[in-house]
Amino acid sequence: MRKGVSGKRDLHEGGDGVKTKKKWYDYLWVASLTYLILGFFNILFAWLGLLCFFIPLIISLAKGNKAYCNRYCGRGQLFGLIGGTFGLSRKKDIPGWMKSKYFRYGFLIFFFIMFFLMLWNTYLVFAGAQDLKQVVTLLWTFKVPWRWAYHGTVISEGVAQFAFGFYSVMLTSTVLGFFTMILFKPRSWCVYCPMGTMTQLICKAKNNMGGKEV
Amino acid sequence: MAKRKASVCTTDCVACGCCMKVCPRSAITISGGIYAAVDEELCVGCGKCAKECPASVISMREVTA
Ligand code: SF4
Ligand code: SF4
Ligand code: SF4
Repeated sequence: MRKGVSGKRDLHEGGDGVKTKKKWYDYLWVASLTYLILGFFNILFAWLGLLCFFIPLIISLAKGNKAYCNRYCGRGQLFGLIGGTFGLSRKKDIPGWMKSKYFRYGFLIFFFIMFFLMLWNTYLVFAGAQDLKQVVTLLWTFKVPWRWAYHGTVISEGVAQFAFGFYSVMLTSTVLGFFTMILFKPRSWCVYCPMGTMTQLICKAKNNMGGKEV
Repeated sequence: MAKRKASVCTTDCVACGCCMKVCPRSAITISGGIYAAVDEELCVGCGKCAKECPASVISMREVTA
């Protein structure tokens, strides 16, 4: 018997087993890779990354499932490809503390705090209280000069500041995910990915409402 | 007779769906975006999902049919 949430069986009926043909969404890793590369040429492309922020949230809020993670997330696919297909991974178990709720929720909170700090810095540049910093901050610490990817903006320097900030977030998570991909299983990032944790929490809240047992 | 079936520790599952992707029998669904649910009727106990799971929360369990 399937021990699922009752009435939820229609979602994701059947996995995408290996024998089935690849679907268009199995190639979304190309989009993720392109995104990362574009940021090296023109930082303003970083704004596109908002898609990987809003789409999972909208799907989980509207549908109450993790179809984004399960199907569409190009970042997960990219790690699966490099770590799995190309074998750049030790394929060892992730340590227990990394999959604990404390760490996952803690990382989500930390991620949010850093995200709001980034938004605050963007606001300061918008308001003219701070100058644009043409750097990409890796792992919230290392400031990497990124001047070459900035060719001016027509609106406000705040637009560019947000791009630098957002790209920093995206590149940082890729670097972290890359390390855990090598150390543990290919998609280890998915264990503590803030978007994954957040969408799972939304699904929990949504599907627990109305007295449905889970 | 004892058979091997995949069993998910649902409290630690992160619902990423990696297991669902590799299952050759399409025996896994991600239930309500919360955890992976294995259909024991379909599962043939190949262990692919357990190997793939990034959180290593799937174990192969002997069940008596
Ligand atoms: S957990 Fe994160 S990286 Fe993994 S599939 Fe979901 S959104 Fe993508
Ligand atoms: S053991 Fe094999 S058949 Fe059973 S759920 Fe896992 S991948 Fe599917
Ligand atoms: S691969 Fe593991 S963590 Fe991901 S949905 Fe399946 S059982 Fe859960």
